Amino acid sequence: MLSRVIAVSASGLKSTAPLGAGLVQASRSLHTSSPSLAPVPALPEGGKVRHGILPEEFFQLLYPKTGATGPYMLVTGLSVWLLSKELYIINHETVAALTVGTVFVLGVKKFGPSFASAVDKMEEEKVAWIEEVKDQAMACYADAIEEEKKEQWRVEGRSMLFDAKRNNVSMLLETNYRERLHHANHEVKRRLDYQLALQHLKVRMEKEHMVNWVEKNVVGSITAKQEQESIAKCISDLNVLAKKIQTEATA
Amino acid sequence: MEVKLGEIGTWVGGRDFTPNGMISSVRKGYERYLNKYIHVKKGGIGGLSMVLASYVVLSYVWSFDHIKHDRMRKYH
Repeated sequence: MLSRVIAVSASGLKSTAPLGAGLVQASRSLHTSSPSLAPVPALPEGGKVRHGILPEEFFQLLYPKTGATGPYMLVTGLSVWLLSKELYIINHETVAALTVGTVFVLGVKKFGPSFASAVDKMEEEKVAWIEEVKDQAMACYADAIEEEKKEQWRVEGRSMLFDAKRNNVSMLLETNYRERLHHANHEVKRRLDYQLALQHLKVRMEKEHMVNWVEKNVVGSITAKQEQESIAKCISDLNVLAKKIQTEATA
Repeated sequence: MEVKLGEIGTWVGGRDFTPNGMISSVRKGYERYLNKYIHVKKGGIGGLSMVLASYVVLSYVWSFDHIKHDRMRKYH
């Protein structure tokens, strides 16, 4: 179970220890398999160990020749031989070893499963966090793909946009042309009106001048004699009229 | 193992005994042990306890000459 702590700390140390990390990457990046690591392969199951210290390969090695009890007999015989030849000496250290061993075994048996589940939960949290990062990144990319497709669809409306712009421009040109036409028209009309007014003025002035001149001449040509004659005639006419009216009044 | 018992002589002869080679073989063995027993999905106590047991055994072997004097019988 402590190996799980080591696993947790080692996977964190792996990025800091240069040699270990380099070697792990060297063993991965030798281009033996397909170059992409996605999806990342899961951790392997792990070598099996029986009774905490003997690896399973030992039992598999002896199985064909000695069956299932072979390794146990081998261990028993070996320990008996060691004890009898006193290659393993029983002294005070043996007591210490037995004590420590018992404590170790009991501790592992008692706290092992809870510790293992706690570390497993930590690992799972880490993996879930990383998975969430990955999922978020993938969602971002999916969104980006959608946006890109939408942009591509928008590009298809480009021709309509250009048509509208072309229409706008042509309308502007038309408006400008008409405005200038109107302005030119107006200016020409103004000049023609001026000429017309000028001619009218000329004719009027000539007429007036002529009338004035004729009057002046006529008035100037009435001599004193003619004036007296005309006054005398008017008086006589008036007398005649008066008499006529007098006679008409009494009759 | 991939080497048969009879071929051990030739196998040892073919190993790389330069300092670089020796260091790299130690490194490879270390990495193999790690990848088999520790960097796995559900490692048990075996990964650590095998290291401790081998440490115990090795230290006993190294200190045997010193402990020899505590033997209870002279002749076995």
